[in-house]
Amino acid sequence: MAGKYELLSEQGLRLDGRRPHELRRIKCKLGVFEQPDGSAYMEQGNTKVLAAVYGPHQAKSKHTESIINCQYSQATFSTAERKYRPRGDRKSLEFKMYLQQALSAAIKSELYPRSQIDIYVEVLQADGANYAVALNAATLALIDAGICLNEFIVACTASLSKSNIPLTDISHFEEVSGGPKLTVAALPTAEKIAFLEMSERFHIDHLETVIETAMAGCREIRDILEAAVKEHLLHMGSASDFAKVC
Amino acid sequence: MAYVALSEAEKTYILHGVEDDFRCDGRSRRDYRPMDLETGLVSNASGSARLRLANTDILVGVKTEIDVPNPLTPEFGKLEFFVDCSANATPEFEGRGGSDLAQELILSLQNAYESPLAFDYRTLCLIPGQQCWKLYIDILILECGGNLHDAVSLAAKAALFNTKLPRVTATMLDAGITDLIISDNPYDCTRISIETVPLLVTVCKVGDYCLVDPSAEEEVCSTVSVVVSVSMRDGQAFLSGTHLTGGGAMHRDTMRNCLELGLAIGEHLDRLLTKMLNLEQERVGPKRPQTIGFLK
Repeated sequence: MAGKYELLSEQGLRLDGRRPHELRRIKCKLGVFEQPDGSAYMEQGNTKVLAAVYGPHQAKSKHTESIINCQYSQATFSTAERKYRPRGDRKSLEFKMYLQQALSAAIKSELYPRSQIDIYVEVLQADGANYAVALNAATLALIDAGICLNEFIVACTASLSKSNIPLTDISHFEEVSGGPKLTVAALPTAEKIAFLEMSERFHIDHLETVIETAMAGCREIRDILEAAVKEHLLHMGSASDFAKVC
Repeated sequence: MAYVALSEAEKTYILHGVEDDFRCDGRSRRDYRPMDLETGLVSNASGSARLRLANTDILVGVKTEIDVPNPLTPEFGKLEFFVDCSANATPEFEGRGGSDLAQELILSLQNAYESPLAFDYRTLCLIPGQQCWKLYIDILILECGGNLHDAVSLAAKAALFNTKLPRVTATMLDAGITDLIISDNPYDCTRISIETVPLLVTVCKVGDYCLVDPSAEEEVCSTVSVVVSVSMRDGQAFLSGTHLTGGGAMHRDTMRNCLELGLAIGEHLDRLLTKMLNLEQERVGPKRPQTIGFLK
């Protein structure tokens, strides 16, 4: 498959018609479910993810520090080829670990001693950048649950075309067409990177520009998420009139 | 099942409400809660539907595959149900926590769909004895607000209605080997007839009375319930399977009343569902609204 398709056409357009720095269309909503303490739905292009947060509640184990417990699962019909199990395979265990790692960097865990926060992510449709969208959805769900964060933690993917032009937000088709893939989870305002993963190979000279592209994507997503949170709060608060204050 | 803690006083309140035919949410014993249904929202599946019945949220995706028919039934296609209880519904479902509930739902669906009169397996046959369609009906439970059986069966029926099977043509090669050509054109497809596809109706016994569509709280108060699967044929409702759930027992006469109530409700439900699905399908082109999904 590698090298079968050019990631960037001569006209400078990608396989799905985007320009190199463009994100896919993002739609999101907070508070989709009643039962969890916080929930969010996020769509990035054709990747669709639901996230739910339960907690903070009393931890079962007797740790004094807070426990951040994640689960990543993917619906059996989410991929083009049917998956045989929704979770428990290596990919989802890996993603679960990475989610835990990135979210631990964002949650102010010192405020929740002896407590546990459960974060469950369900991918309904997978079309590339699954981890990044799952993390973004988890951030929104945490905000909906009212859990203190240092700041928004957002993730974005980036790649590099053959002509060394960096590309933002990789779709599934671009992922399988070959070419490197880099995932960054960042705290954009502090410009800190909480998680970084790359596959295939880069020349070290290009790494900096690709990371910068992913960070720019993160900042852009952060703005979208922030707008969604504000919109949600205005909507929530309109009953008690606090929307007029801000 | 999502755990609901109720005190004795709350239980009594619910019981008295059921006795007076005026339940906590204002319904009578034969009323359903409002539901939202949308089809065709998962583009990676051949057919999909999402049903929200008050707080119960179900997403169903149908995947298709070509398989070899069972030698005992060479003219039949195959159906396989899979239920996944997402941890989004309750933390108890984390890991393998939901597998008991999932297994119960799979069994009652298999039971209901078992009869060839309830689901015409012949329509899934391509070449008798050689090739057939296998449909995977994958059900994802996203939130539990009571009455899972009914919600799951309604969503599964809607997803089957939405399923598009690509048209298949067979060419005869030498030595009796056939080669299948599957159409690439997404509009060149066949649909599955859902006329006889069964629906499950849970009739729940609370106190001395039977009611339909129990909420999660009412399920806690109930000792026993009957799941009735109703299949329609030529405008008449038939029973295609039934089983009791819950720890209690019920008298034969009560049982008969429950079955009759279930059949009557199932017939009505089926008519409404078919009407709504046809209405949604008729809206094509610019009249069809964008899929809403979870953004509502």
